[in-house]
Amino acid sequence: MSFVSEFYNFLKVRKKFWLAPMILVLVLVGGMLVLAKGSAIAPFVYTLF
Amino acid sequence: MIILGISAFYHDSAAALVKDGEIIAAAQEERFTRKKHDSRFPFYAIEYCLNELGITLSDVDYIAFYDKPFLKFERLLETYLAFAPKGFKSFSASLPVWVKDKLFQKKTIIDELKKIDSSIDFSSKLLFSEHHQSHAASAFYPSPFEKAVVITMDGVGEWATTSIAVGDGKTLTMKEEIHFPHSLGLLYSAFTYYTGFKVNSGEYKVMGLAPYGEPKYVDKIYEHLIDVKEDGSFKLNMDYFDYCTDLKMTNDKFDQLFGAPARKPDVSPLTQREMDLAASVQVVVEEVVEKLCRSAKEKYGCENLCLAGGVALNCVANGKIVAKNIFKNVWVQPAAGDAGGSLGAALASYYHHLGNERVVHPEDAMKGSYLGPKYELEDITKELDSVGAKYQVYDESDVLEKTAELLANKKAIGWFQGRMEFGPRALGGRSIIADPSCEKMQKTLNLKVKFRESFRPFAPSVLEEDVTNWFDYQGKSPYMLMVAPVKEQHRRAMSESELKLFGIEKLNVKRSSIPAITHVDYSARIQTVTEKTNSRYYHVIKKFKEKTDIPIVVNTSFNVRGEPIVCTPTDAFKCFMGTHLDALVVENCLLLKESQDQTLLERYEGKFDLD
Repeated sequence: MSFVSEFYNFLKVRKKFWLAPMILVLVLVGGMLVLAKGSAIAPFVYTLF
Repeated sequence: MIILGISAFYHDSAAALVKDGEIIAAAQEERFTRKKHDSRFPFYAIEYCLNELGITLSDVDYIAFYDKPFLKFERLLETYLAFAPKGFKSFSASLPVWVKDKLFQKKTIIDELKKIDSSIDFSSKLLFSEHHQSHAASAFYPSPFEKAVVITMDGVGEWATTSIAVGDGKTLTMKEEIHFPHSLGLLYSAFTYYTGFKVNSGEYKVMGLAPYGEPKYVDKIYEHLIDVKEDGSFKLNMDYFDYCTDLKMTNDKFDQLFGAPARKPDVSPLTQREMDLAASVQVVVEEVVEKLCRSAKEKYGCENLCLAGGVALNCVANGKIVAKNIFKNVWVQPAAGDAGGSLGAALASYYHHLGNERVVHPEDAMKGSYLGPKYELEDITKELDSVGAKYQVYDESDVLEKTAELLANKKAIGWFQGRMEFGPRALGGRSIIADPSCEKMQKTLNLKVKFRESFRPFAPSVLEEDVTNWFDYQGKSPYMLMVAPVKEQHRRAMSESELKLFGIEKLNVKRSSIPAITHVDYSARIQTVTEKTNSRYYHVIKKFKEKTDIPIVVNTSFNVRGEPIVCTPTDAFKCFMGTHLDALVVENCLLLKESQDQTLLERYEGKFDLD
């Protein structure tokens, strides 16, 4: 939770809220790529691309 | 107040400990783990720093990390956005690493620290300093100046690749920055890559190779690769570089510009072309640095300059800045690379963030950069006994006398004494020393001791009072970060046929009365030695001078190619037995190769990954 608030503050200070949606998507995709390494999620990721 | 500085996770992890503004200890993790450029969390370096002061982590008031991970992530994202859809390969390779680890670096650091002491609440103690703020702090706060212009240049930190700050007392104010992807460090690294050396470690080789070449590509570089303004600000033409979008530095267009693909490391031989390329990029970097310095001097009006960041390790460029007298005084942080960021982060926290008063040391506050571990005689003999070494213990004056005698007899000696150096240079704590007047010494040391490329030059350690008699250099260079020419009177006149030699052929020509440390352009990377900062080293050179009239020894780091510089007496003994070193001096213990158990001889060549 502290990570989320710290990241929120970071975006606020840097005035970069426009990055937020992108970060969300990227973190989700990135998270999947991490999990996909040799896991059952791999086929799902392949269909995405 | 005690502050622990940490740099980690990219390259050259290190820790530094500052107590009430005094630098107590600093060391790179690679020296303990024996893995060159080790980027892992610096457990061993932290342990050493705490032991040096006899404290535990609970006694530390703040822990300062040397860069800001969120800012770096922002740069990463915006860079990919700017180049999308190009760069997907690199993006998909780096994003998982970020999502898994680097984005949560604060947590990672806390988790790692908790492995040392789980009872401490680290979140309230942890501070983050910007990468270039850390570099600037490492250059300004230990410097002997009350006020100075601070220029930092490296590959990249968060966004900044070059910065100009002004330090005044305890404050350090960032004035100007040049942002990624426009980077002098990355331009140099691109040529390092293109000439077939490893990025982040082969830059020294490019600098060493440059004097063999002709700077015939300078115009091409200015015309196509970099746009430099009069104030030294610059922009790279990203059409020729791939580091934003790919996992390599240069691209096909770059290859076309210079007429061939990048040299394959350790496969294709070095040719005149690589030497000319090295000479060209060196000239460009020197000119940009000079312009930056001139404009900073003009704008901020200080007489003192401090330098840090990887580009500040380009001692040829540093030497030229000094020679051109742009500033009255120049001071370069000896650990100018990322390892020094640990020290900078700690000092920035102490002075800039917490507002503590600064006391300026008239020499500087780096203690000669001898900030690493030291071993007592009892521990040394115990270690040497355990590895089966045969040695003689002498009193100090005898061991110095015998070392000088061995040097005068053209022996190559492993020299281990006092505290280990912080930073990439060996300064007489963990050094290999030899007679500079010996014609074959450069080749012998390169090929039989260091197992590295024959073109690489060696540096001299010279008594400070004699430096002006041997080199065109005034003043001090205690950290071997200045290059200056050997004085005319010590040079040897070239014959006509020798003058016609080209490129690497120049290597075998004797150029001066101290050929082992005279590079092909008559330059030398000088270390001035004083009794105050390193008494034993000073006296061994002095005794050598008494025997030979030469107040200079060859000084190269005590390691082989790809190996971190030795840290312990055991490391030193192993390196001694694995190379063609003739003798090893560990404090008051003298070891001769012929007296050792020959079954302990080891083949060190190829033992370490090449750098």
